[in-house]
Amino acid sequence: MDTIYLDHAATTPIHPEVIKTMSEVMEESFGNPSSIHGFGRHARALLDESRRYLARSIGADEKEVYFTSGGTEADNIALIGVAQANKNKGKHIITTQIEHHGILHAAEHLEAIGFEVTYLPVDAYGQVDIEMFKKHLREDTILVSIMMINNETGAIQPIKQIATLLESHQAYFHTDAVQAYGLKPINVTDLGVDLMSITAHKFNGPKGVGFLYAKQGVKFTALSHGGAQERLKRAGTENLPAIVGMKRAIEVIEENNYLNFERYKQYNEQFYTQLKAACEFVVNGQYDNQSPTILNVSFPNTNVESLLMNLDLEGVAASSGSACTAGSLQSSHVLVAMYGADDPRTQNSIRFSFGLANNQDQMIEAATRVARVVNRLTKK
Amino acid sequence: MMSNNEDTRVVVGMSGGVDSSVTALLLKQQGYDVIGIFMKNWDDTDDEGFCTATEDYDDVVRVCNQLNIPYFAVNFEKQYWDKVFTYFLDEYKAGRTPNPDVMCNKEIKFKAFLDHALSLGADYVATGHYAQTRIRDGKVELLRGVDDNKDQTYFLNQLSSDVLKKVMFPLGHLPKKEVRRIAKENDLVTANKKDSTGICFIGERDFKTFLSEYLPAQPGRIQTMSGEDKGQHEGLMYYTIGQRQGLGIGGPGGPWFVVGKNLKENLLYVEAGYDNQYMKSDQLLAVDINWVNGAPAEQFTCTAKFRYRQKDSEVSVRIQADQTVLVNFANKERAVTPGQAVVFYQGEVCLGGGTIDKVFKAGQSLDYIG
Repeated sequence: MDTIYLDHAATTPIHPEVIKTMSEVMEESFGNPSSIHGFGRHARALLDESRRYLARSIGADEKEVYFTSGGTEADNIALIGVAQANKNKGKHIITTQIEHHGILHAAEHLEAIGFEVTYLPVDAYGQVDIEMFKKHLREDTILVSIMMINNETGAIQPIKQIATLLESHQAYFHTDAVQAYGLKPINVTDLGVDLMSITAHKFNGPKGVGFLYAKQGVKFTALSHGGAQERLKRAGTENLPAIVGMKRAIEVIEENNYLNFERYKQYNEQFYTQLKAACEFVVNGQYDNQSPTILNVSFPNTNVESLLMNLDLEGVAASSGSACTAGSLQSSHVLVAMYGADDPRTQNSIRFSFGLANNQDQMIEAATRVARVVNRLTKK
Repeated sequence: MMSNNEDTRVVVGMSGGVDSSVTALLLKQQGYDVIGIFMKNWDDTDDEGFCTATEDYDDVVRVCNQLNIPYFAVNFEKQYWDKVFTYFLDEYKAGRTPNPDVMCNKEIKFKAFLDHALSLGADYVATGHYAQTRIRDGKVELLRGVDDNKDQTYFLNQLSSDVLKKVMFPLGHLPKKEVRRIAKENDLVTANKKDSTGICFIGERDFKTFLSEYLPAQPGRIQTMSGEDKGQHEGLMYYTIGQRQGLGIGGPGGPWFVVGKNLKENLLYVEAGYDNQYMKSDQLLAVDINWVNGAPAEQFTCTAKFRYRQKDSEVSVRIQADQTVLVNFANKERAVTPGQAVVFYQGEVCLGGGTIDKVFKAGQSLDYIG
């Protein structure tokens, strides 16, 4: 029995082209980009080329791209680095209750060292309310961080509208675009953000690499200290094979004109339709207005732990998107923000996410397996 | 029979300790379809974010990867709080000495966890308890583990034959030393891990400090049975019948032992001498009785344990109309304590047990004991 992977929001398989490119870099370009000799220059050329390509992919200048170890580090630099460098302008930060822990725990750290953080609530569809945002924006707000697409529900946040509201405000605007980049082209100028976090392993690149976009002029301090890499903002020898791999990953998507988006959307619809016919569930969020790669559903009268284990044993890899302590699940903070802590949907929801590892045949088989488990567990 | 082991799914309750690690190993070696599950029943995360459950789960993960078996974790914190911890506190409030491990086996490991395992398509659950089962005339019997020093049937006395038929105890026929040896021989990461001691949710912490976080301590006076003042106690719940340590009574005439409590007046009773007459009894009343395979007879003789790791004592048992039992001791017993379990044995077979509710001497209820 082949296991069907429906957890692309957690991580994605690496594209064969990316593996090929990375292998070549590892075999042929082991030099340190900072070295003053041929090996170094060769590595440096690859690094610069990757930076330029990735910058262009978001409509940015190459001087605005800082390589990191992934989304969490980019989020941490965006929050903590910006807060520390701008504390003379104010100590208030706005984010949301549904951010990734890379943001939420960094924000908690900032609270502990004297900043004031507002965590905006969301509506029952998991979307940030613009009016609520306006209400909490203050003169001394220095930073706003709101994710583009929620990693648990796929809810798309009103980034452009918020950016417009911030046009003549001192606050910098950061967005965690980890779940969005690679689905549709993003242009940071059109979007109106000052900072943006990206990680490679969500779009068929390798793990352990990502980047932070920071518009020229945005002040932020470094969180790691050492060599002069990344214009003194992120010390440490660059992970060159991974960086070149990340560039190759977005290149493959661009070469295919972002057709993956349409394909994943089809998978989602097939799975959804098949499942709808076979068992009872409700969608968390708005099915028609969220990322097509993510489908978060609640199965009444089930329990998420039991569901996930049974799905795993039946050969369907999905997740609840929730945090773990000692391997056991805590209620998802995103669903709690949407429904309240006492709502049963926080205890019986599963996230399916679609991507490169899938094909059409799998969708029917996956829905059949899921329905079998759900119907068995809800059988009275 | 061995040939279809691969079609038999066994879910092992894994704690991250050596016993449950070897349990999973042995079943895997026998060819079963083994799944390891860690139960998180308690959250003790401290200010630094340290949580023993996280460390223990990490060991479960490492062992399961060594054995190449799937692993999961399941959270029973709410059930544990409602069914075990609440009972534990209530018993202390009532001046008794509860046994949370018996309750945990009854309500969590062999109920909530068993149900969960069955929902995963398990044919059996297995644990690292030192106990054995045997089928006789179509009924499953509970037998002591062969390692006398480790036998855990005392804690399993509330299990019924219906439950036991879905349970495996792969360590029951092994001495503890052999279990350690097997763990080392197979290079399990938990081979040298220290055995956990004490009550699971308290762990290595100080019992008094722990209890005082949940129950307000009310210091009071210590008296002898004849009313002589012997100083101050820190709160009745901190003391159990027969206890010597921690009384802080100096002077001549000792050593002093706890013989009883007066909840109403918040008095702790002590008397001198390990074998003093006040803590001796010759009969008890037990409630919440479970018979593994139904009661042997209305009246019968057998052996019994009143505490874990105590030697068996000769008793005669009489079942009463309300299903409680009166247990008469062949010889007077020291420090039989309400709240603890009384567990009955016929040779190697554990018949079942109950909770000690009252103790008597010469037909007189020893109300000061509880």
